[in-house]
Amino acid sequence: MRSLFEGVPARAAWGLVCVIVLLYLAPLVFGGYVLSVLILCCYLAVLGQAWNVMMGFAGQLSLGHALYIGLGAYASGALFFHFGLGPWIGLIPAFIVAGAMGALIGWLGFRFGIRGVYFALLTIAFAEFVRILFDHWGWIGGSSGMFLLVQNRNIDMDAASIANAFWTLRGPNWVFYYVILTGMVACLVTVRLLMRTRVGYYWLAIREDQEAAQAMGINVLRYKLLAVVISAMMTAFGGVFYAFYNNTLYPESIFSIDRSIELLLGVIIGGIGTLFGPILGAFALTWLGEGLSITQEWFDIAGLKLLTYGVAMLAIILFRPAGLWPWLRRLLGMEERRPDA
Amino acid sequence: MLEVRGLHKSFRGLVAVNELSFAVAKGSIGALIGPNGAGKTTVFNLITGALRPDRGQVLLDGKDITGRRPDQACRDGIGRTFQVAKPLNDLTVEENVMIGALRAARGVAEARVEARRVLDLLAFGREATKPAHELTLPDRKRLEVAKALATKPRILLLDEVMAGLRPTETDQMVEVFRRLNQETGLTILLIEHVMRAVMALSGHVTVINYGSLIAEGPPDQVVRDQAVLDCYLGQEAD
Repeated sequence: MRSLFEGVPARAAWGLVCVIVLLYLAPLVFGGYVLSVLILCCYLAVLGQAWNVMMGFAGQLSLGHALYIGLGAYASGALFFHFGLGPWIGLIPAFIVAGAMGALIGWLGFRFGIRGVYFALLTIAFAEFVRILFDHWGWIGGSSGMFLLVQNRNIDMDAASIANAFWTLRGPNWVFYYVILTGMVACLVTVRLLMRTRVGYYWLAIREDQEAAQAMGINVLRYKLLAVVISAMMTAFGGVFYAFYNNTLYPESIFSIDRSIELLLGVIIGGIGTLFGPILGAFALTWLGEGLSITQEWFDIAGLKLLTYGVAMLAIILFRPAGLWPWLRRLLGMEERRPDA
Repeated sequence: MLEVRGLHKSFRGLVAVNELSFAVAKGSIGALIGPNGAGKTTVFNLITGALRPDRGQVLLDGKDITGRRPDQACRDGIGRTFQVAKPLNDLTVEENVMIGALRAARGVAEARVEARRVLDLLAFGREATKPAHELTLPDRKRLEVAKALATKPRILLLDEVMAGLRPTETDQMVEVFRRLNQETGLTILLIEHVMRAVMALSGHVTVINYGSLIAEGPPDQVVRDQAVLDCYLGQEAD
């Protein structure tokens, strides 16, 4: 606990606790539409946090994170579809498959000195390979998709049914909401704690200057691989959630580059390389998107949403290149004190 | 302590380091000098594993470390600075040094204590909490030294850390190295153009030009060597 809040001003700590408590109370007030948007927010925050580990902290650009969503979703989805195994058991193979794939791509890239955009191209290529492979793989339904059986949208409100709903991830929306919200908080805590250890500082050193990092005795290959594997696993958790929440999986949509881009937009807007940037960005962008979708329908202007997205990105890159969170943090007086400063 | 034997490196036919051999004795301060483009930094890169030699060996305490990766060389006990300073820009000075100290420390807390000690040694005051990108050039040079020192090297390779310093700053830096050498027995090999520092610090100077050894010996003797004078000032026309 001490390490979790060390150096954080009291008002920031209390603010954070309040926000989390409010988010946990949200289903008591909101249902239906608002809750489904909140689910989307948390889901994107998890993916953003995962991507940020690799890009924001270790400095390795991935434009193919949809790969890990898809692998997580299909690993757990297929086990459920064929053998009736639940999501929490499916999480283990999802972690293994996504982690192994991340390690493979990372090793191929880093071992042979592929850096920066070239590495990013490699990540896109792998997402595409796997998409095409899955399109032709009959066992998981190929291009015609895989559908998970939907049941118990309404459950009895006794402890056993609720526990069962959480265990099987079959139930009303608020069950999904609590799972993904808890996942979001867990990712936040995990990354925060990691960033206080040797691993976290080594990632920062590699991000800042790889040669300098190496000269300080850091095994760059090992720590970059670790970043990819951890990031892939966190993303795969999002994928497992996606499979059981959405219940329909198509290689074409789940491995699509749009998905890889969608999850990193929030981070850029919120603030790359910060802990709360991915969360703030995911919430801001999702609500903006929803608002625009509604406006778009009212006024019947197609493309308004994408246009505004574009303008928002431009504005952020021009005026707040570090993202919204660093700016908001200063505004709220919640900047972290440096240790011993 | 450190010895290179027949070290050779060429870049697409251009010979940068030519069959070079020299040694730095344990506990001594050696200097590697030569005109611009003589191949001094390439020698450092070959010793630390940033570059792989075509031929020849690098020996540390008699152990062959040729072709080890830079991070392995660091763990073997070779600390280095870069001629063009490589600060970790977005991190504070203290974090920069702490990351170096993590090499030998058990954890972050211990590394932070070690970083404080190194920063005090190099007389970093209030700058310690600044982000590294706010430092002036001399401070960035000092940070290079601090990062390398924090890794607890047995031999420190300094690549032009005095360049761009004012004479008084140079003297301070010289004093720091002299003290480190005397008090902790740290072996130092420095590349330097500031002769004031070379003369004050080193007991043994190795001069190279076009990658080849042209003279070596005590500093006062080397500066009178005809071959050395020729390569710095040019030969008189007949």
